[in-house]
Amino acid sequence: MKGLKAAGIAMVAALTSTTAVADLVFPSLSYRTGPYAVNGIPYADGYEDYLTLVNERDGGIGGVKAKVLECETGYNTQKGVECYEATKGEGALVYQPLSTGITYQLIPKATADGIPVHSMGYGRTSAKNGKVFSHIFNYPVNYWDGASHAVNHILDVNGGDIAGKTIALVYHNSAYGKEPIRTLEELSKKHGYKFTPIAVDHPGQEQKSQWLQIRRERPDYVLMWGWGVMNQVAIQEAANIRFPMENFIGIWWSGSENDVLPAGIKANGYKALTFHGVGSDFPIFDDIKKYVVDAGKAAGAGDQVGTVLYNRGLYAALLAVEAAKVAQEIHGTKDINAAQMRDGMEALVIDNAKMEALGIPGFGPEFSVDCGNHGGPGLGAVQQWDAEAGTWSLISDFAPSDMDVIQPLIDEDSSAFATENKIEMKECA
Amino acid sequence: MFYRQAGDFKSSYREDLQTFALKQDRWAYYALLVVAFLVVPFIINDYWASAVLLPFLILAIAALGLNILTGYCGQVSLGTGGFMAVGAYACYKIMTSAPDLSIFFVVLLSGAVTALVGLIFGIPSLRIKGFYLAVATLAAQFFLVWLFNKVPWFYNYSASGQISAPERTMFGWAITGPNAEAPVRYLFCITIVVLLAWIARNLTRGRIGRSWMAIRDMDIAAEIIGVDPLKTKLLAFAVSSFYIGVSGALFFSVYLGAVEVGEVFGITLSFLILFMIIIGGLGSILGSFIGAGFLVLVPVLLKNVMVNGLGWPTDIAAHIEFVIVGGLIMGFLIVEPHGLAQLWRLAKEKLLLWPFPH
Repeated sequence: MKGLKAAGIAMVAALTSTTAVADLVFPSLSYRTGPYAVNGIPYADGYEDYLTLVNERDGGIGGVKAKVLECETGYNTQKGVECYEATKGEGALVYQPLSTGITYQLIPKATADGIPVHSMGYGRTSAKNGKVFSHIFNYPVNYWDGASHAVNHILDVNGGDIAGKTIALVYHNSAYGKEPIRTLEELSKKHGYKFTPIAVDHPGQEQKSQWLQIRRERPDYVLMWGWGVMNQVAIQEAANIRFPMENFIGIWWSGSENDVLPAGIKANGYKALTFHGVGSDFPIFDDIKKYVVDAGKAAGAGDQVGTVLYNRGLYAALLAVEAAKVAQEIHGTKDINAAQMRDGMEALVIDNAKMEALGIPGFGPEFSVDCGNHGGPGLGAVQQWDAEAGTWSLISDFAPSDMDVIQPLIDEDSSAFATENKIEMKECA
Repeated sequence: MFYRQAGDFKSSYREDLQTFALKQDRWAYYALLVVAFLVVPFIINDYWASAVLLPFLILAIAALGLNILTGYCGQVSLGTGGFMAVGAYACYKIMTSAPDLSIFFVVLLSGAVTALVGLIFGIPSLRIKGFYLAVATLAAQFFLVWLFNKVPWFYNYSASGQISAPERTMFGWAITGPNAEAPVRYLFCITIVVLLAWIARNLTRGRIGRSWMAIRDMDIAAEIIGVDPLKTKLLAFAVSSFYIGVSGALFFSVYLGAVEVGEVFGITLSFLILFMIIIGGLGSILGSFIGAGFLVLVPVLLKNVMVNGLGWPTDIAAHIEFVIVGGLIMGFLIVEPHGLAQLWRLAKEKLLLWPFPH
């Protein structure tokens, strides 16, 4: 009986998680297991390594140590909710779940709890409208920008006229993959191309029928909104049907080394969008090597440094740290809370001088966030895979998206959300 | 010695047939209800509600529903996830088209809609049995998920194809939506759970339950003694689907708040609930609860022990968790193929005689 009781108490203690609050807490809702782990691992490593670097090199953010609370979601919404509830009580400053599904889940919850969410290049696009989504940020780009960047690139290649061309979209059949459809439909009205969406169900290991359809219909261009194992399979299948790789363009989530390497030399010329620089040719990587990797403090296996998604995780952490610095400045306190962090994110300005000072000059475009625009300017570029050299390289400048088409869609979607949830539009000065 | 029958006299058939025949069991049950309704709401927080208790209670309803169909009536179903999706989407459509209807009735109506859908998919059970029926219900699973992804009417034409629960209140308290407090959500769910478990218990020990069990044990013999297989099987499908639909509606509206059909209500959920009743005990109300508890609580417990307690990396913890839960499932099924509920029954029998078994 006594043993039972003790076991019971131990169980209750184990089910309730407790940690002391003292540092600036950045929860990392990562996924190092499951069909999306291949993309989840480098991102989580980059995120954690940057915060380690800030602690080791600068002694924290304004002198206060940053702490990463890692929680495994497996890209699963239910586990994401569990992770959110488990970590939010520990002073979490900002959530970056790296999953559109979990972001959708967190939008109402985090807003009610007053914790900001930064879905960098994913999540709900209309969250760009800060008047409706007070705690949700998706700077510097979003999916609708991405859709427009891809179409703009196709326009560039074709000298500005794509009337009569066909563009297919191979997409992950989830909130994530469905995001760009509206925009691509609107853009097809404007530019006169024919648009065919082709869905791939989770997790995307089986895509024979989809690529058979592409082989039959021979679209001029294929866009892809894929993630995890789906990317590799799609690129392999495209290679199998000998689809010209330079006409195959992935979103930034379908453009990492892990996605193209399995197809080998056949993936040469595959294109993907990006919103930041590529490679490890930046001074900051020397610091990472010195303070993090060589010191034995690297997250995970430490073998991902400089890969596309590692860089993206690093960039996400960097933007979070910069926002925290702004928040410390605005509120005159080092020990900021989630509400102050939100203010910091809303006043974030990234310019070239700042990037230079941080050791990654020219890594990402300049942008600023304000009360009404939580999404930044939406600049993106195209990168191309060189299978011989095994490297990505940028083949265009960071260019804006077609806001004439996107802005009305954002206004429409966000005001629908506002009415559905009875949200008062915030006044912005 | 402590757990005994001595002195517990029954003076009527009614007393002899009650669910908890032993006085001690009865008191334990009442004590549990008191704790569940009067103590837990005061100590529950968001984490306990969202990570532990709500999924446990809601999946327990689904397990009850599947147990009625599979455990009591012997019809194997792999369509549970799909039927939960029906409940969830029915709930969403009713919530958004009738905003003033109380959420309690919305949930019950969602159950009723699912019961109708379940009836339709139950018709093949009259012709096909066993594994073949399992395959037919598997078709239901894939068809329903595909349907909710394909037809935009079901998700009110939202751009992302997600459904999200707007705020609905009952007696002035928010039950759904982001502002719902943990104790309120918990009380709402536990009330429904207790109600449905009570109904299930009384259904299964009466005439209807006996006709289900007759069909399960030997359908030809059951038909000869006057059990109508058509009515009985369809009734089992309807009742089971009602439970699963209620569970799906709660899963969507109270627990998750926003749902994407392919991810949440996929085949994994069907298997999860099937495992719950196999591990808990087929044909046992208690077993549904034990099975749901086992498969919901053990992973959370292991994760917290390994990640927060021992400080292991999250990926190693996640992989070891699979190994341990899988190992436990096999271990329990080897020790007791009739499930944890049977283990519990045997333990009680032994305890009654302890320490003088002879």
